[in-house]
Amino acid sequence: MDLSLNGLIIELAYVVAAALFIFGLKLLGSAATARKGNTMSSVGMLIAIVAALIDQGIVEYQWIIAGVLVGGLIGAVAARMVKMTSMPEMVALFNGFGGLASLLVGWAALNADAGAFTVVTIVLSVLIGGVTFTGSLIAYGKLSESIGSGAILFRGQQIVNSLLVLGIVGSAVMLAQEPANLQWLYLVIGLSLLFGIMAVIPIGGADMPVVISLLNSYSGLAACAAGFAINNNILIVAGSLVGASGIILTQIMCKSMNRSLSHVLFSGFGSGATEATVVEGEIKPISVEDAYYVLEAATNVAIIPGYGMAVAQAQHVVKELCELLEANGAEVNFGIHPVAGRMPGHMNVLLAEADVPYDQLLEMDEINPRMETVDVAIVIGANDVVNPAAREVESSPIYGMPVINVDSAKTVFVLKRSMASGFAGIENPLFYKDNTRMLFGDAKESIGGLVREFS
Amino acid sequence: MTIVFLTFILMLSVFLGFELINKVPATLHTPLMSGANAISGITVVGAIALAGTGDHDLAQWLGAGAVALASINVVGGYLVTDRMLAMFKKKAGGK
Repeated sequence: MDLSLNGLIIELAYVVAAALFIFGLKLLGSAATARKGNTMSSVGMLIAIVAALIDQGIVEYQWIIAGVLVGGLIGAVAARMVKMTSMPEMVALFNGFGGLASLLVGWAALNADAGAFTVVTIVLSVLIGGVTFTGSLIAYGKLSESIGSGAILFRGQQIVNSLLVLGIVGSAVMLAQEPANLQWLYLVIGLSLLFGIMAVIPIGGADMPVVISLLNSYSGLAACAAGFAINNNILIVAGSLVGASGIILTQIMCKSMNRSLSHVLFSGFGSGATEATVVEGEIKPISVEDAYYVLEAATNVAIIPGYGMAVAQAQHVVKELCELLEANGAEVNFGIHPVAGRMPGHMNVLLAEADVPYDQLLEMDEINPRMETVDVAIVIGANDVVNPAAREVESSPIYGMPVINVDSAKTVFVLKRSMASGFAGIENPLFYKDNTRMLFGDAKESIGGLVREFS
Repeated sequence: MTIVFLTFILMLSVFLGFELINKVPATLHTPLMSGANAISGITVVGAIALAGTGDHDLAQWLGAGAVALASINVVGGYLVTDRMLAMFKKKAGGK
């Protein structure tokens, strides 16, 4: 660290930037201040970038400007164009680019006389950055359904992965001994990219909220490692803030599915043949008309959305129905399961897009105690998060996962396309309960039908 | 000595990160993640130093590429987060 005036100004600017990041993240934690927090953190980023630009070591600006312009333009256009329903894959993609950038920084920081410690940090930024990049691409593919979203498992997968890890460690050791031999670096890069793919393919689409959150944490750690490689404070501070917050978020996700992180990462949920649970009772379909009569008499309605609502793009028509019900004198609440959708908080974003006020969105712990007073619970495209088997059937793969207890409501409407089981491939006894009525068809059309009946 | 100092910073930031996120309502998980994601684009700062050396060697080109990629992450991340947060509203009339 040089102590020239220029260097001092830069370091001080980094301190200010770090303070803005920390304060921004804090404000992001409450709905009323979140937008201000995001702006604050972006101002911090701007200060950090300007500080980096005034460094006297920089003699040429054209490539920096070109890079910022090209990247900034792509980012801005993508952020404007993306539909709210495609938000999870967009976040995954942005995240992947951040990881790749850290990989390149680590790569560029390597020189022939790098010490062992520097080599280790370079390897870490290349490894984590590479895993983040290809892992995010696979997550993007699974979320946008451009590749199959199921878990891909094959015999010997663990062995292949272990060999990959060994290969990476081996190449890293060799690189530390002869930093001038770039072959080893290329080997680390290649194996890391491959490892990112291998790490995410065995994870099914239903577990993507956890994966995205984890990859987000990785991209922070990659930036942090790059910071060690080039001795930069702000990279370390900002990177580790993101890394730590990502891990916490991942843990929250796992807890709400009652599964450990290692189980999510290695087990290929829902891929193994689970024994079919025998469910008694019969399915009782209901027509839109009859559903309307029940709803008209209801004074307390709870709506439980799931990924199906996102797929059917039904959030706006759901809001319409909600307004009509309220005009009819009913109290309407939404029950949001923490892992509903494909991204943590996915449903909240979609309903916010449709102008549903956030104080009407209740978390699982808030809605469950009230469920007995609910006249009609409408389940829209959700399955596993309302599956009573999680409470009752000990052999069920989701046994122990906290769910929204819609079955305690007086009547349950389940909007569903067909009787195919949910993403996890688990039979849902809810559909066979006495108080459950199935409203088959596209969620958007079914709700649209209800809206027409009301008006 | 620098290493010790940097490790110290790392340790403190990790604890701070844990504390900051621990009690965030589920409603905000997505914007929080995407906002944090934008911060992880901080690599752009490291990339800028590499892209401006004027050496015209491999490291500079890698740096320039990293600047572009990290800029996508930063600009896209902040804008998307802002777009999402702009939609979060309290019930009209205030409850």
